[in-house]
Amino acid sequence: MDVDLDVKRGIITSLIGPSGCGKSTLLRCVNRINERLGYVRTEGLVEVLGHDAYDPQVDLSQLRRQVGMVFQRPNPLPISIRDNILFGQRMHEPDSPDLAGSAADDVVESALREVLLWDGVKDHLDRAATSLSLEEQQKLCIARLLPLKPSLILMDEPCSALDPKATAVIEDLIWKLRGDYTIILVTHNMAQARRASDECAFMLMGRMIEHRKTDDLFVTPKDQRTADYIEGRYG
Amino acid sequence: MSSDAFPTRRPALDRLDGAWAADKAAQVLMFVAGISAIVFILGIFAFIAREGLSFVFSRFSFAEFFGSIRWAPTSNSNPTFGALALIVGTASVTGMAMIVAIPFSLGAAVYIAEFARGRTRETLKVLVELLAAIPSVVWGFIGLSIMNKLIIDVFDVSVGLNVLNAGIILGLMAAPIMTTIAEDALKAVPDRYREAAEAMGATRWQVIRRVVLPAARNGLASAVLLGVGRGFGETMAVLMASGHSINLPTSIFDSVRALTATIAAELGETAVGSDHYGALFTLGLFLFLITFAINLTADLVVRGIRKK
Repeated sequence: MDVDLDVKRGIITSLIGPSGCGKSTLLRCVNRINERLGYVRTEGLVEVLGHDAYDPQVDLSQLRRQVGMVFQRPNPLPISIRDNILFGQRMHEPDSPDLAGSAADDVVESALREVLLWDGVKDHLDRAATSLSLEEQQKLCIARLLPLKPSLILMDEPCSALDPKATAVIEDLIWKLRGDYTIILVTHNMAQARRASDECAFMLMGRMIEHRKTDDLFVTPKDQRTADYIEGRYG
Repeated sequence: MSSDAFPTRRPALDRLDGAWAADKAAQVLMFVAGISAIVFILGIFAFIAREGLSFVFSRFSFAEFFGSIRWAPTSNSNPTFGALALIVGTASVTGMAMIVAIPFSLGAAVYIAEFARGRTRETLKVLVELLAAIPSVVWGFIGLSIMNKLIIDVFDVSVGLNVLNAGIILGLMAAPIMTTIAEDALKAVPDRYREAAEAMGATRWQVIRRVVLPAARNGLASAVLLGVGRGFGETMAVLMASGHSINLPTSIFDSVRALTATIAAELGETAVGSDHYGALFTLGLFLFLITFAINLTADLVVRGIRKK
């Protein structure tokens, strides 16, 4: 894979391309979650907010605090809704005053409000997060990143396990987070990229083909391969 | 429709051929094998109960059996059947064994399931299973010959065959099976939980402590319970390493006698049908009920997670 991509702050950049083109792999390089696999070697420079993410000096834990991730399948932890929201802070700043008593309640409430989940779950915050519907689980997975105030949120096909209605809700939510967070959205769904991103990058066979404003890319693609893909000639 | 499409010599639809018979036979055979466990457990229970209950209804006294430490069934003038010391003996050795086995086995399980990779992992798993295959008399021999001297030297006590010795031996015996079950429980925790926690910046240890161990707690509890069940039921190693003297232990350096060891050592020398014989079967019945309850609890605890 050989890719060069410049993601601008505060907007949503979507990554599109056919299966196996390397969108998810690229995304997973940014927070170095690829390294879990053990057999992955990453070369080149991934710069997050001016820091090289692969600098040996970088603390993986701090990097991932700055760079949140939302996965394809909602993966709330098998603990209560409340504990899911507080999980990040409990790990990163166990002595934070935000975790004590009513301050913790405020953290939970504001995170859940931001993802529009508060009204649905406020009366059973102690229920297991895994008992929620998939849509609610995915909202919770976004909400639990917010207390850590990440600067960048990686979303790896966040709607592919959801039905169209839930997808619309999550897309609205992503759009709402725009501005406060920089978002990279990998999607298999071209229409979603078109609806829910400012800029769009098209990848093919591990290469970056084209990266422009979403409207321009879909209306007047410069590269023939991009044009063929968005017209559905392959992929 | 032409007759070519449907050849005239077709097998009848209701013909029962050899394959059908083999299938039926196999089903019956599997069914018999499957329910044989139930048949055996009921049969054994009925046998022990029959031999033990005659004593329970004649000579048995609840207060004596559970309240007295005087176990002297062969006394000519005044035979007594107090099993309290034996029960406490078994319980203390098992308790000691768990103190040894729980950290060992859970530590080993966490290492194998969460840290070890590839060859190391496979080798360790095989070794742990090999450890479980060591005959209990060999463990007893180690207790009798090596641990005995070691305890006398290290702790400067007069007898090395005691709760500590038997507990360590029993703990090492129970650890492999506990490790295997605990490791299965850890492996059953879906990897996406680990991934989710790691993506939020959790370190390896935080993932284990805050995510994996809580998610696997039922399986881990059942591993411990099965270890306890193993401890209650073990005979030979305990007989050889515990000192086999009737005693309410006040420290880990006291010798004790276990329920199982009592049955093993005395049953061959009793007259069938005598009070002593019946009393030993009553001990057996008691042991059976306890291990049955422990194993059943372990099983229910594991099922608890599946339902959630």
